[in-house]
Amino acid sequence: MVKKILEKSYLAIIMALLYAPIILIIVFSFSNSSNFRFDEGFTFESYISIFTSEQTPELLEAVKNTFLIAIIASVAATILGSIAAVGIFSLGKKMRRAVENVNQLPIINSEIVMAVSLMLFFVTFGFPAGYVRIIIGHIAFCTPYVVLSVMPRLVQMDPNVYEAALDLGAGPVKALFKVLLPILVPGIISGFILSFTLSMDDFIITQINKGAATGINTLSTYIYEDARLKGLSPFWFAIFSIIFVAVLAVVLLLNLKRSLDDKQAGKEAKDVR
Amino acid sequence: MKAKISAKVKNAVKSFRLTRKAFSYPYILFLLLFVVIPLVLVLVYAFLDANEDLTFRNFVSLFTDGASLKVLLTSILVGIITTALCLILGYPVAYILSKYRAGKILVLLFVLPMWVNFLIRTLATKAIFVALDIRLGMGTVLFGMVYNYLPFMILPLYTTLSNLDRSYEEASMDLGADKLTTFVKTVLPLSVPGIISGMTMVFIPTISTFAISQLLSDYTIFLFGDSIQTKFSNNMYGVGSVMSLIMIVLVLLSNFLLNKFNKGESAGRNLW
Repeated sequence: MVKKILEKSYLAIIMALLYAPIILIIVFSFSNSSNFRFDEGFTFESYISIFTSEQTPELLEAVKNTFLIAIIASVAATILGSIAAVGIFSLGKKMRRAVENVNQLPIINSEIVMAVSLMLFFVTFGFPAGYVRIIIGHIAFCTPYVVLSVMPRLVQMDPNVYEAALDLGAGPVKALFKVLLPILVPGIISGFILSFTLSMDDFIITQINKGAATGINTLSTYIYEDARLKGLSPFWFAIFSIIFVAVLAVVLLLNLKRSLDDKQAGKEAKDVR
Repeated sequence: MKAKISAKVKNAVKSFRLTRKAFSYPYILFLLLFVVIPLVLVLVYAFLDANEDLTFRNFVSLFTDGASLKVLLTSILVGIITTALCLILGYPVAYILSKYRAGKILVLLFVLPMWVNFLIRTLATKAIFVALDIRLGMGTVLFGMVYNYLPFMILPLYTTLSNLDRSYEEASMDLGADKLTTFVKTVLPLSVPGIISGMTMVFIPTISTFAISQLLSDYTIFLFGDSIQTKFSNNMYGVGSVMSLIMIVLVLLSNFLLNKFNKGESAGRNLW
């Protein structure tokens, strides 16, 4: 009994430690202060100042860039990666292993090394500074994840299905779109979501490849530029709170959906048996 | 003869139809261009001086320069302490959760904060330290690192522990071992793969991340990642490349360890 209580309180303490900064920021986002005191009482002022501060144009520009880059990069990575997965799957054993190992590099490599190696590449070959570099960088670190999420669908797929479509008179293109694609869709979707999240979340690769002179900022590089020297202005509290709630809600929903799907799948498997 | 040729053509058409190999070529080209060549360039630049002549001076200057050596040592020290703290704090969490039936959902709550951008979480912790009048230094850096990377330790540990066959423990108990002996002799050795993945997933990002230590120490403590960034932004490509090479060696080393202990399974590698 005592042991149970001790165990539970240990979990509670660690959980509190992990969530304390998040909760404190959310609570004091309603104080319109940076010193964690309710001097002005409860107010929405810091939320309003997102749209009325002198930094609003830069901030909205950064938000726009974040979404723009994330959408372009994740769509490109999803297309490139999904097509590549099909190709890699049909490569010879040795070649497939080699490509899969190289595909693993951006995932295991530390972000800073990936960032500076890309920078060396862009500088050496004279790529124009700005969006081109950032987007190529984002595609480079997102695509491996797409390949990894589509690949299991291919491995699980019954190879005869595709052959059957061909035997029954479908052309390769038709078989591809009518048979292969529907099987791969769940993997493609989760690859896309993962890419989008990773791209939105990225700081290091963007910061190093954006080039100081271009003045392009995403949300994370703008936060770094603005808050590292003068600390957090009240409106950052509001923005952080919105991001916390949005991210936590999305991740929680996705995971709940997945565990529901698993349960459903398990039930169906049982029914069949 | 004619039949032979037409058979050949037919074969070629058939194999072209059935091999979808060609689909991988654009991505292979992409990987070569934007992953392999950049890494090769790091290797090349490590041996070039400012005039692009061949030199070993970058290596010499890194290992004889007091400041750089200090950064290297501090990074490894911070990395080891952070990893140890995460292991000590995270193992009990994973172990307790692995015994609960609701563990799967609870562990999600422990790793949720990881999905919020690390810069935002770090700035939030910094603001709290400043408000509480806590002096920024090694203590706050270590706190920030543990706070950031604890989920990376809990997740692989939980995965290993919850898949562990409980009958080993029962057998050990039946054979008369007490609880501590049972834990040390069965659970602990069996969870080594999880421990190794957790350790590499904390150690590598801790020493190579950029911004966390600067922000939480008021620019007094610089780690490897910060130092690489500083070298490159000051156009010292040579020394920066040598430091990146060291980082690559560390990454490959830890990956080798990981593969050795996690044969066949990739325990949640897709996290950082």
